[in-house]
Amino acid sequence: MDLSSINPALLLASLLVASTPILLAALGELVVERSGVLNLGVEGMMITGAICGFVIAVNTENPALGFIAATLGGAALSLVFAALTQLALANQVASGLALTLFGLGLSSLMGQGYVGIKPPPTPKIDFGPLSDLPFIGPVLFSHDLIVYVGLALVSAIWATLKYTRIGLILRAVGENHDAAHALGYKVVRVRVAAILFGGACAGLGGAYISLVRVPQWTDGMTAGTGWIALALVVFASWKAGRVLIGAWLFGGITVLQLNLQAAGVAIPVEYLNMSPYVITILVLVIMSADKTRAPASLGRIFHASD
Amino acid sequence: MSETLLSISGLSKAYPGVIANEDVSFDIRRGEVHALLGENGAGKSTLVKMIYGLVKPDAGTMRLNDKSFAPSEPRAARAAGVAMVFQHFSLFEALSVAENIALGMETPPPMRALAARIREVSQDYGLPLSPERLVGDLSAGERQRVEIIRCLLQDPRLLIMDEPTSVLTPQEVEILFATLRKLSADGVSILYISHKLEEIRALCHTATILRQGRKVATCTPKDVSAREMAEMMVGVSFNAATRSSRPTGDAALTVEGLSLKASSQFGTSLKDISFTLRQGEVLGIGGVAGNGQDELLSALSGETATDPGSISLHGQDISRLGPNGRRRLGLLSAPEERLGHAAAPNMSLVENAALTGAERQGLLSGGFLNWPAARGFTKNVISGFDVRTPGPQVAARSLSGGNLQKFVIGREMLQKPDVLVVNQPTWGVDAAAAAAIRQAILDLATNGAAVLCISQDLDELLEISDRFGALNEGRLSLILQTSELSVDEIGLMMGGAHELDAAHG
Repeated sequence: MDLSSINPALLLASLLVASTPILLAALGELVVERSGVLNLGVEGMMITGAICGFVIAVNTENPALGFIAATLGGAALSLVFAALTQLALANQVASGLALTLFGLGLSSLMGQGYVGIKPPPTPKIDFGPLSDLPFIGPVLFSHDLIVYVGLALVSAIWATLKYTRIGLILRAVGENHDAAHALGYKVVRVRVAAILFGGACAGLGGAYISLVRVPQWTDGMTAGTGWIALALVVFASWKAGRVLIGAWLFGGITVLQLNLQAAGVAIPVEYLNMSPYVITILVLVIMSADKTRAPASLGRIFHASD
Repeated sequence: MSETLLSISGLSKAYPGVIANEDVSFDIRRGEVHALLGENGAGKSTLVKMIYGLVKPDAGTMRLNDKSFAPSEPRAARAAGVAMVFQHFSLFEALSVAENIALGMETPPPMRALAARIREVSQDYGLPLSPERLVGDLSAGERQRVEIIRCLLQDPRLLIMDEPTSVLTPQEVEILFATLRKLSADGVSILYISHKLEEIRALCHTATILRQGRKVATCTPKDVSAREMAEMMVGVSFNAATRSSRPTGDAALTVEGLSLKASSQFGTSLKDISFTLRQGEVLGIGGVAGNGQDELLSALSGETATDPGSISLHGQDISRLGPNGRRRLGLLSAPEERLGHAAAPNMSLVENAALTGAERQGLLSGGFLNWPAARGFTKNVISGFDVRTPGPQVAARSLSGGNLQKFVIGREMLQKPDVLVVNQPTWGVDAAAAAAIRQAILDLATNGAAVLCISQDLDELLEISDRFGALNEGRLSLILQTSELSVDEIGLMMGGAHELDAAHG
């Protein structure tokens, strides 16, 4: 065992990378749930985004186009969910579970022939001299665009929900859809938009796994990240800032346990592998002790009666 | 004042199988307080929703300020100067007062400016309100202020109010009426929906009465009696509940030092409640909603077990017994919330009847339900309490509120309780059905049962109860003979004032 082989700067840098997929997916789901919709299909949308991004990036040799395709793919799949739950008034839990299964199957079908191929590398942003700063350079200024997109989304979503009219309407719809309808707001329209946004975020997060984090395609490669993202939203009490903390925690422990495995720590690999899930959930449970209520209309079907 | 603000002519709206409104015409003058009266299902709500743009009429026209008025959505109605205070508050509990108000405005000013305006308007109209507070923490009266101020900030020309006083104390009603009179003097017209005929006589200039979707009369409330208005609403004459004088008997239910911690964050703890309920009497418990009514009912019905010795029935301690144990001994109860508490919404009336009636009606044999007997019991409830339903097999949720209420009350009454505890027995029930329920409560007491009636309708409590007490923040006031009480005293009891102790001590 050689713990000195673990470089703190590299560890922090890879923490940011490792937490990005779950951060993106959870932020999308946060917006969806704040509008009162429970979409359990995050995993399905992520893996669909992962394969859409992978296929387009490989065929066009352009990772940027890949990420755009992933966003569209995730949003397209979420549109199925939106149609089922908002127009056909289907049960949200069942529809979400079906969406996950459908996404896993669809991605597996689309991914045939792409196993073992390497995608084009995603370029890092050039910060010039900033990235040469000791410690801070490699940690903060050595990443690709998507990492910064994720961080920007945290503050954008926080500010939008707190300070803007559109955020207020979104929260109102999630809190009491009947009252929002009575005031003349378009409940279904707001929710469909939120669901599409959530799908796009999940798709982007998925593609980050297949194009950057693991750079290759294997069936079911999201490996439950979507489910952790879902749990993260709940335990983060539907707050963007806490989602970020949770994602970092998850990413950090994932990276740390990989490093520990590489360093040959005498803990069975299985325990190390499960540690990110266990510790993230534990910490979030403790954090959510303030009993912030869920959006009051969460998961309830809205039917515009007379 | 004779200038017409809103003129409605020939308005009709039909839903599949139901005609909600047919050929309704009337005018509202500028600065007038105009009452809209009718039983449940008479089409008041649909009519109001058409004026507010939530529902499109099938036929007929409206003119506002001599211009054609056909709002396609609430936004359009608001832009034209129509504002509405809803019966079931359309507020968002997790948002602040200012955020709630901003949601009801077309182009809200920045939050800080809005907060200042809220303070200003609320002071002007005598409705103090702090913009930063969460609506979830406000009392019912304060929530209504939020709605009213939300409307006032839009400088409305017509303010629609749907049953605004059902949740208020007498003092709060006075404040509200003062506000409405001030608005009326400022030239704002008010369309006022209520069941409470005396209020309408005190406040309104004109009343339009609807029955089964049609307008049946327009009258000046000051010139007709409440009784006449009620008969116009119902179409037949009916009698107010009559009580026959009866001796009260032995103590049936004794509550001593009952304290109970609130089960939820927004609940109220009961604090040291003691009273005795005698055979043959109706004890009325008043108070504004949320002062411990639900908790008191759940302690008495057995949903929540309480400290040993705190509740006894005919001298037997029942504090630790559950609802079924208490039913067996003769203590029955009907909670306020009809759907989900008193009745399971998706189960049929027969199933709902069997749920509370199985024991006392002998519907069980060896653990098996006797469905034919349950059906017979259900039919008795339906015919005995005039429950209007296609049959006993329909789901509870398909009944209108008033009819389900009659079913829920009838189901308990037909089980011949020794002690009956009811919470809000006539909430949302029209005048005729309410009178029938009150009469049934009095008849039950005449036959020797003890009835505890928790209600927020003071007129009802004064009509049926022999003695009266009020809950305030989980404490029970002195219990006094109803005949000795004035409305002012009742208001003080509901507000938790203690000078009464001295006055009557």
